[in-house]
Amino acid sequence: MSKVKVAILGSGNIGTDLMIKLGRSDVLELTAVIGIDSESDGLRRARELGYLTIDTGLQGFLENHSDLADIVFDATSAKAHVRHAKMLKEAGIKAIDMTPAARGPFVVPSVNMGSNIEEANINLITCGGQATIPMVHAINRVSPVEYAEIVATISSKSAGPGTRANIDEFTETTSRGIVEVGGAKKGKAIIILNPAEPPILMRDTVYALVEEGTMDEAKITQSIKEMEKAVQSYVSGYRLRTEPIFDGNKVTIFIQVEGAGDYLPKYSGNLDIMTAAGVKVAEEFAKNQLTYQLVK
Amino acid sequence: MTNARDIYITEVALRDGSHAIAHQFTVEQVLKVAKGLNDAGVPYIEVAHGDGLSGSSLQYGLSRTNEMELIEAAVSVADKAKIAVLLIPGIGTVKELKEAANLGAKMARIATHVTEADVAPQHIAAAKELGMETVGFLMMSHMAPVDKLVEQAQLMESYGADTVYVVDSAGALLPNQVRERIRALKQSLGINIGFHGHNNLSLAMANSLVAIEEGATRIDGSVRCLGAGAGNTQTEVLTAVLDRMGIQTGIDVYKMMDVAEEIVAPILETPQEITRDGLVLGYAGVYSSFALHAKRAAAKFGIDSRDILVELGNRKVVGGQEDMIVDVAAEIAKVKAEAVR
Repeated sequence: MSKVKVAILGSGNIGTDLMIKLGRSDVLELTAVIGIDSESDGLRRARELGYLTIDTGLQGFLENHSDLADIVFDATSAKAHVRHAKMLKEAGIKAIDMTPAARGPFVVPSVNMGSNIEEANINLITCGGQATIPMVHAINRVSPVEYAEIVATISSKSAGPGTRANIDEFTETTSRGIVEVGGAKKGKAIIILNPAEPPILMRDTVYALVEEGTMDEAKITQSIKEMEKAVQSYVSGYRLRTEPIFDGNKVTIFIQVEGAGDYLPKYSGNLDIMTAAGVKVAEEFAKNQLTYQLVK
Repeated sequence: MTNARDIYITEVALRDGSHAIAHQFTVEQVLKVAKGLNDAGVPYIEVAHGDGLSGSSLQYGLSRTNEMELIEAAVSVADKAKIAVLLIPGIGTVKELKEAANLGAKMARIATHVTEADVAPQHIAAAKELGMETVGFLMMSHMAPVDKLVEQAQLMESYGADTVYVVDSAGALLPNQVRERIRALKQSLGINIGFHGHNNLSLAMANSLVAIEEGATRIDGSVRCLGAGAGNTQTEVLTAVLDRMGIQTGIDVYKMMDVAEEIVAPILETPQEITRDGLVLGYAGVYSSFALHAKRAAAKFGIDSRDILVELGNRKVVGGQEDMIVDVAAEIAKVKAEAVR
């Protein structure tokens, strides 16, 4: 059975972590890593692993090798993705957007993958969104969520220059995702960088206010635990730190995300949950494609 | 008299004091306080949620009144004073900054943890573009060594900040530590240096005076100590002390005393003093706004709030991590229950 061909655009933390994960996929074949600096750590590693490397950006890739990818993961920046999205669309290549550019529909694999898998451009919101939106959805499917607020705390070491320069985009895109994918009527997101040494694991807190008179503690707890398992199926280090705390119509959930340690060490759960979600989406798409080919 | 100021005082009660009253300021209170401060000659008055623009949240406490209404109210009575706002990147965004600027805020204080200045360039640049005076506000300054502080302050300067503050958010710095920090910044920067203290160890006044001795020209105060934890350097007292020292602040000492006594004191349910929890904040080096949250969590879990605060200090928790308070409290309660068993 042939695999679906993919390329990675961007050779920073996210791109390099993706490269390591894609190397393990049964249905995806990584063909090329595209960057703009041939001396970057990401491109150097890609060369060592035997992948084709391009140091002239997406343009250089599309000019000579556009047949090498059915899917391109964009791990550059929100600003750059706006341009990339257009170029990929014209080339007929599916884009999985790891930046908070929010061009295509928002996808969280454990919540709304099915309805969006065929879209030409899929956006993965933010690391904080991938960690918390499943829980907002898990509460909302039991009791309507009037307001959800999330706080993502990540280690300073795992926040690269892209995250730091795009901190407003993080809060804005995550807030939108809480509403559009999580189902809350209103959403708010906060991000905190903590420089403690040794670095802390990614932590997320979800606060949700449910509609008055609809609180069902037992059902919500069960729904949350089912969701924990669903996310764990693609991010093994994802876990609830404690039982949910109930207080009137407020639910509080504490989450911890330990990374797989593929590229950056295990404290970078924020990196891991993004790349794992990206691979999950691409693999689902690929399985659909391959099944379709077999039937044909 | 207001023409020559040696030191520029920023009154923070309407922002930092928001923590002390669980973010319950009303428009009427802000109108009265801001007018009183303006008429007394205070040059800058900060107004916002305690955690800065957009801080109203379940994490930090919901504002009783939309902060934009409070800012608008303050602007309406400040014909001489400039209204300042605080913005912590990661909580507030450029969008709220623009909103505040449109309402008439003239100073943007962009606050980051002392080691994370590089989340601020976007916001400082936006504030400049909006024509605002800009301040880089390095919080929890006690947590970084002097050379790191200098490096981060230089980043703030490179982004276009007009002033950089050493912010003692935990009220943990000792006078000699303030001295070495301000001195190092004075040697390395070409812009104004400021100091923001908390009185948790009863050192806010002493630290402010040391900062001035070393060349700081911007000092924060809160009238009647209306700030997080034990409050900040008490503005009316600072004004009087500097007057005695012959240092011009441009503030009328008697009028400032009147604002404190007649307008601000009635707002406080209990007078600001150095309580056991306040003292522990400074002693353990914990963000001052954690005080009320720790008190509530201690009551909920039946434990000593000091244990929570000390543990938070051990874990090097930074400003804004209020969610850790309940988390740590639950853990302590669990360990305690197991020990009893």
